[in-house]
Amino acid sequence: MSVVKKRRKDLTIFQKLYIPEIVKGMLLTFKHLFGPKFTRQYPEVRYEQPDSYRGRPVLVQENGKERCVACGLCSRVCPALAIEVQAVETEDEKERYPNLFEINMLRCIFCGFCEEVCPEEAIIMSKDYELTFTKYEDAIFGKDKLLVPVESLKGRIEFLRKYR
Amino acid sequence: MPIVTINDQKFEFDSGETIIQVAERNGIDIPHYCWHPRLSVSGNCRMCLVEVEKMPKLVIACSTLAMDGMVVHVNSLKAIAGREHVMEFLLINHPLDCPICDEAGECKLQDYAYAHGTGESRFIEQKNQKPKRVKLGPYVMFDAERCIACSLCIRFSAEIAKEDQFTFVQRGDRVTIETFPGKEFDNPYSLNVVDICPVGALTNRDFRFKARVWDMSDTKSICPGCSRGCNIDIWVRNNEILRLTPRFNEAVNDYWMCDHGRINCFKFVNADDRIDSPMIKKAGTHVSSVGWDEAISKTVSTIKRFKSDEIAVIGSPFAIVEDNYLLAKFARQVLHTKNIDFIKHINPADQDDILIREDKTPNSLGAKLAGISPRNGGLNFEQIMEGIKGKKIRCLILIEDDVAAISQDFLDSLSNLDSFIVFATNNNKSTELADIIFPSATYAEKNGTFVNFQGRIQRIRPAVMTIDLDRSLDAMSLSRLDKFGTEFDRWGKARKINARSTWRIILQIANSFSMKFNYETSEDIFLEISQTIKEFDGLDYELIGELGIQLKSYQLVEEPILV
Ligand code: SF4
Ligand code: SF4
Ligand code: SF4
Ligand code: SF4
Repeated sequence: MSVVKKRRKDLTIFQKLYIPEIVKGMLLTFKHLFGPKFTRQYPEVRYEQPDSYRGRPVLVQENGKERCVACGLCSRVCPALAIEVQAVETEDEKERYPNLFEINMLRCIFCGFCEEVCPEEAIIMSKDYELTFTKYEDAIFGKDKLLVPVESLKGRIEFLRKYR
Repeated sequence: MPIVTINDQKFEFDSGETIIQVAERNGIDIPHYCWHPRLSVSGNCRMCLVEVEKMPKLVIACSTLAMDGMVVHVNSLKAIAGREHVMEFLLINHPLDCPICDEAGECKLQDYAYAHGTGESRFIEQKNQKPKRVKLGPYVMFDAERCIACSLCIRFSAEIAKEDQFTFVQRGDRVTIETFPGKEFDNPYSLNVVDICPVGALTNRDFRFKARVWDMSDTKSICPGCSRGCNIDIWVRNNEILRLTPRFNEAVNDYWMCDHGRINCFKFVNADDRIDSPMIKKAGTHVSSVGWDEAISKTVSTIKRFKSDEIAVIGSPFAIVEDNYLLAKFARQVLHTKNIDFIKHINPADQDDILIREDKTPNSLGAKLAGISPRNGGLNFEQIMEGIKGKKIRCLILIEDDVAAISQDFLDSLSNLDSFIVFATNNNKSTELADIIFPSATYAEKNGTFVNFQGRIQRIRPAVMTIDLDRSLDAMSLSRLDKFGTEFDRWGKARKINARSTWRIILQIANSFSMKFNYETSEDIFLEISQTIKEFDGLDYELIGELGIQLKSYQLVEEPILV
């Protein structure tokens, strides 16, 4: 049998007025009103993320081509089934590349597993977090939106090499 | 009987059996690359090392004969260490290719590297460079770097396909495979080496890179390419068939299938020329799509215009037993016609003593047993065609076949018909002439049975969804994406053909003639068959099972050829 804890129902008049509590609350309000400000004027002032930040996954573009060999491991490991890859043969040395690579950004949960599993360092979590869509189709990112030049991903790649 | 002890279990064996054979027969797995139950022993991969008590060194289980009183340890520390060393040597020159290799996911080297690898390579020198992407033949691609020189492919070609077309050249770490000068690796069974190659050195050019094996669903089915009826797996992704592979059945095809079956027997299912809705020829010469109800009532009113001896029916050895049975019953009870037969597709030039049969259809025997043959004085196929030419037959119902493609003469006489009703999966010469076309489901889109040339009845199962089928509700096999995806995902929006099993269409037509045929599934029809046709006596789908069953009272046309 559980013990029912008795509540004190009858507050005194003084307590019912809540005046000390209101005063306490207002004191806190005024303290912060005149104290130092932490609010960032987004989007005018932007947040510079550390390299450990996981924004949307992007494909690394090197010498104008994707590094990806369409092995499908990211698609396999993705817990949200967000990635679809279709491989085809190429005459390049790497033999295969993705002629279709899509990430459904409504499904992606930014876990970074795809980045972790990729044997080619070809999919990287970028710092981009500004994702808004008005249509379902807009949320499916194809190669056009995913490919990002390797230069702009340097920080994250170095972070991964160091700490992974 | 002599007795051998493997992993502390005692097994009887016949003299002459090797350790690996006894183990395999009793479900004990001994790792191996170069051994195959149907090929000669070459003992060159050294992966099957086991420890045998009282023997000074580890022995290879594939070529060591079992002896009475022998005590074998497959997983003793010494045996495991031995295999780990073998793995280390194999991995020295093997490229880190798994991300681009088609074998990944079904690769023995990968599997054993997990089980027996040290996980780390002590080899810091440059790996061997060898040719990659070598076309050995029309269907097989060879990657010399990945080859572990097990010689399975060479032995397969010589011993099973019976054509020596390639061999090892060089030796040591430079060993590789080359076709003999002026020869191509093009025997009719060449693609089986892709299945038996333990690594990704040999790949199927028709399937390369189409999909990862773990993204596909596989369905146990039967190849419709000839009357052998090889047992196969159908591999599907996004509701599209991507490859067929043989499925072991000792009584029919053993471990193998032919290249024709593997390459040509699924593309028509995916093809663009599938018939995607019922069609009716309206004024003029063009057919146009209509709804099922309209097509069926049109069929009923058409058939009613003719006397029963003006109607002929052609069944199909490509259709399942159930389709043919219901067609025969329909002809008997609704059309009252005796003119019923099916077309034989025999090519005596294309038969061998391995698998390939001259009868290019999967179910001739089944069609015949199901009652597709002229009844008391009815016309057979040739006579039906004569009748059409002489305008005695005015209405022809044809299921899943192509009369017009057989000869120009037939094609010409078909225009004499007043009414030509065709059930077809794909557009063909006959559908071009048809007045009413019904879209039939292919063998990969329905449940049913085929009877092969040996008199063995075998099951086909749906692998591809039509509008009538649902992967989950109809208990079709599911890939990971099918299981966890939703209908809003891209892969959930794959093409679904508006086709039905032929028997289902016949059923609807028959019931529009106020018959009371009452079948929910193809098995309902089959149960009726098993009660009415003595060859099928007592059978049901469960008894037929995955490997099929020999029809009891059926006399073999000829001895089954064991491969
Ligand atoms: S971050 Fe996670 S959820 Fe997003 S695509 Fe990669 S694996 Fe999938
Ligand atoms: S894991 Fe890397 S290489 Fe493989 S498909 Fe994904 S991005 Fe491409
Ligand atoms: S190609 Fe494959 S089957 Fe042939 S020898 Fe090499 S590893 Fe063995
Ligand atoms: S032998 Fe016949 S049944 Fe077997 S795979 Fe070839 S065509 Fe198909």
